[in-house]
Amino acid sequence: MKEPLIYEISSPGRIGVTLPELDVEPAPLPQDLMREDLPLPEVSEVDLVRHYVRLSQLNHGVDKGFYPLGSCTMKYNPKVNEDAARLPGFVHTHPYQDPCTVQANLFVLFHLQAFLQEISGFDRVSLQPAAGAHGELAGVLMMRAYHESRGDHARKRMLIPDSAHGTNPASTTMAGYETTEIVSDARGNVNPDALREHCDETVAGLMLTNPNTLGLFDEHVLQIAELVHGCGGLLYGDGANLNAIMGVVKPADLGFDVMHFNLHKTFSTPHGGGGPGAGPVGANERLAPFLPGPVVVRERVEDDEAADEDVYRYLLCMPESSIGRLKAFYGNFGVCLKAYTYIRMLGADGLREASENAVLNANYLLSRLKDTYPLPYDRTCMHEFVLSGHLADAPDVHTIDIAKRLMDFGFHPPTVYFPLIVDEALMIEPTETESKETLDAFAEAMIQIAQEAREHPELLHSAPHATPVSRLDEVRAARDKVLHCLKG
Amino acid sequence: MSYVPNTDADRAAMLEAIGVRNAADLFRDVPEAVRFPELDLPAPVSELEVLRELKELSEYNVDLEHAPCFLGAGAYQHFVPSVVGHIISRSEFYTAYTPYQPEISQGTLQSIFEYQSMICALTGMDAANASHYDGATALAEAAVMAVNVGRGKRRRVVVSAAVHPEYRAVVRTYTQGAGLVICGDDGNPFDLEALVELMDADTACVIVQNPSFLGYVQEPSTLRTLAKAAHDTGALLVISADPISLGLFAPPSEYGADIACGEGQALGGGLNFGGPYLGYFACREQYVHKMAGRIVGQTVDQRGERGFVLTLSAREQHIRREKASSNICSNEALMALAAAVYLTALGKSGLRKVAELCYHKAHYAAQRLATLPGYELHGQGTFFHEFPLHCPRPVQEINDYLLNEWGIIGGYDLGRNYPELANVMLVCVTEVTTQDEIDTLVEALQDIEEAL
Amino acid sequence: MVKYAEDRRYMPSHEWAKLEGEEAVAGISDYAQDELSDVVYVELPAVGEEFAKGETFAVVESVKAASDVYMPMTGEILAVNTELEDSPQLVNEDPFGAGWFIRFRPSDPEEYQALLDAKAYEKHCQEEAERGG
Repeated sequence: MKEPLIYEISSPGRIGVTLPELDVEPAPLPQDLMREDLPLPEVSEVDLVRHYVRLSQLNHGVDKGFYPLGSCTMKYNPKVNEDAARLPGFVHTHPYQDPCTVQANLFVLFHLQAFLQEISGFDRVSLQPAAGAHGELAGVLMMRAYHESRGDHARKRMLIPDSAHGTNPASTTMAGYETTEIVSDARGNVNPDALREHCDETVAGLMLTNPNTLGLFDEHVLQIAELVHGCGGLLYGDGANLNAIMGVVKPADLGFDVMHFNLHKTFSTPHGGGGPGAGPVGANERLAPFLPGPVVVRERVEDDEAADEDVYRYLLCMPESSIGRLKAFYGNFGVCLKAYTYIRMLGADGLREASENAVLNANYLLSRLKDTYPLPYDRTCMHEFVLSGHLADAPDVHTIDIAKRLMDFGFHPPTVYFPLIVDEALMIEPTETESKETLDAFAEAMIQIAQEAREHPELLHSAPHATPVSRLDEVRAARDKVLHCLKG
Repeated sequence: MSYVPNTDADRAAMLEAIGVRNAADLFRDVPEAVRFPELDLPAPVSELEVLRELKELSEYNVDLEHAPCFLGAGAYQHFVPSVVGHIISRSEFYTAYTPYQPEISQGTLQSIFEYQSMICALTGMDAANASHYDGATALAEAAVMAVNVGRGKRRRVVVSAAVHPEYRAVVRTYTQGAGLVICGDDGNPFDLEALVELMDADTACVIVQNPSFLGYVQEPSTLRTLAKAAHDTGALLVISADPISLGLFAPPSEYGADIACGEGQALGGGLNFGGPYLGYFACREQYVHKMAGRIVGQTVDQRGERGFVLTLSAREQHIRREKASSNICSNEALMALAAAVYLTALGKSGLRKVAELCYHKAHYAAQRLATLPGYELHGQGTFFHEFPLHCPRPVQEINDYLLNEWGIIGGYDLGRNYPELANVMLVCVTEVTTQDEIDTLVEALQDIEEAL
Repeated sequence: MVKYAEDRRYMPSHEWAKLEGEEAVAGISDYAQDELSDVVYVELPAVGEEFAKGETFAVVESVKAASDVYMPMTGEILAVNTELEDSPQLVNEDPFGAGWFIRFRPSDPEEYQALLDAKAYEKHCQEEAERGG
């Protein structure tokens, strides 16, 4: 079921859209600067549309079916958010327009900052980072800037749990720190004794995901914060799993000094096939001055007449000791607007409901699967849980086979082979926007697959069967390195 | 409203299956003292109310459908064909995630492969990635990549002062913990050849922007001199290029660039007050293994059918972890899709035509504006769709007047970033600007002198 | 069956070195390529570069992993196996022969004795496999 490449549909002379004629005298073109050839496709509009419509039909998305990718929070993307982000008054604004002409934009950004501050307990939020990893980089650079500002140059390493997402150590390296891995204990928590051993004056801090990538709330989180702070380190929060705790606990109350949010996870903005997302970063009082900027502030406008409410003027400014700009202009405004709309529609009660139901759904699904698949950590989970695909009576079947077979049932597989501390890991996050029927259908498919693993393993090894393509040769892709389709 | 489908009855059944009395009991691991805080957020509103609220709010803005705009400086107002919005609104594209499971993600994977191909077509490079967050972060990643190509032994990055000021700031932010020397951008933004003096055996790369932030397209001889000087010392040449300009002008590959990157917002992305945007990134073949970000490669499935997968993943953070050269995970995939649709909708002849329209209209504007007393073009050379205009009074004054009296959004005040360019306005004209609007601008500026 | 060539010595991190007069050749062992599975790319150093024993001189990539390769002995690179660029699978097919990585001049031949012989290395691999790693 192959869709031709756009270049294969291309035919010389075909035109897509038309443009207006030039309405001024043409100026001479600089002949020595001109390019000779421009190998772009030539396709009519109808062929273009058919091509992309057919391509879209090869995809699975949240709007098509269950998408339980652990730690990605593939919740439903409300359509009202899409419409909000397309309001022309917002869309058609240039980032360098005088602030007085874009007060609506700055209002939205200011209030989203305030909402996130309230939800997390942090003093200040910057909306500039464009993705979670971008926010992480901000956080680690802020920690570094904080230590440097106090003349503390001994801090050389970051402590990172063995269950951490790969972006954590990668961000650490980008910021110039070494990574020291801290082992988890048998209940999936950061091992406080292991942590204590490492907490010294060379430690910049600890990067903690809570709930962690096992879907577990760290039972020692307060003690961890104390240990890290006790040696002069800072506590970074990877907020990827915030969907479990909105209205349940504020990360700042647990001792986090800085944390990134993922608007495209927790706050329902769509994943887009890999972005755009947004990764705002929040900080407590001592780290707030280092936030990346600019951020939005407001000042009350003094009026001659007494107004009913305060009138504000919204402005952009750099935090006083900012680590600097992390991208041009501001954050991903279009994404922020969607998150703003979502929070306005849910309110405090709705956010708490979302988290409670996310955790309820996960625990329910866990209860349906724990007797079929090995469960490495038998605890109440949060919004996600990790099973192993290593079935004792089907040793030749691996998680990859289970994942591929799930596709034949119309489900997107869970996250596989992560976290690294679980062998043959399957990380399952249903989110709150799934119905009980969907959860039951998924559980039944998983149970059937476990049975097939015992009785008809070849069905799994050769899966998927019902998809546009069957299993793809990744070795060949990496060896051949065909990364574009241009000739020559 | 929380988009939770389950009813109380559903929840009761689930709680029973779990063996817990109520959902709050699932949170016993959360320290009691801080559990279940009140969140002080505005009361929730319905869909009807929130849209009404936002629409009213948006009307406080002066938007570009209601005001002619001469701002560029890294974000450009271009015509976005209707097809772009329709395609990227298909929820099969926008509600999908990173194509980790390729068998059910061929839509995303093939469209990104096609995007990569088009970026290679535009830049003349051998390989492109699936995107960075924007042109500035793409440039920062280029600097980091150049340092990695040199195995970390070269610690110097030479940057032209004519690179977008915010891009240069981002390069510095990204590398502040890496112990690098970033230099060269305190020099003359009109003299790129001076950068040659700064290159040495410790230089990882030299970075220039073409057309520059000031609007000028570099002379081929200048770029070739820089390329030679860089390569002679073993450094890489990085060129940050406006993609619409590449519809007209010779690409970075012609001038010996090793990395070509830049802002892809102009390719169907819209203005969106600065984001989401699109960092395009491409490099020569020998550096592919050092290129950060997601890359889609072609392969076959078990039936021998062509298919596409994420490839060369061993470079990335989820595998390489602390040894990864970049931490990038999510990027701007949907914006890359928009760019691919845009480039396809315009096609070979259309992109050239857009570039020509920009070029001719900008030159018309420059020629007309230069006839005004006190206004003259600053600097020499060929420009594309932006040019620095020396004004007889502060740019802010002019812009306030233009906005308040004429409803026109004036150009960028270069004095903000270049003290030597006080009173110089960077004027941008694209294919959406009409002759009428340009003539009105001229009239308005004539008017100022009489009014003030 | 994983092979342990007897005519050379090994690092616990699975590199091998083979002295040939004043020069030496290095690569990764059969055990290592088996663990990695399909090699898709090998990043090799430049001729003339010098590395200390234990320093990373190469990176070998498979679809799911990228591993640093460490110098078994201190030395200067004399030649690299350029065949690996187009045929990285040679590392899997013939790790002790056509899949060699570098030829180098050891600065301290005594370091050779500090490496494990085939028997000791085989034992090390068996212990590692039992531990699950």
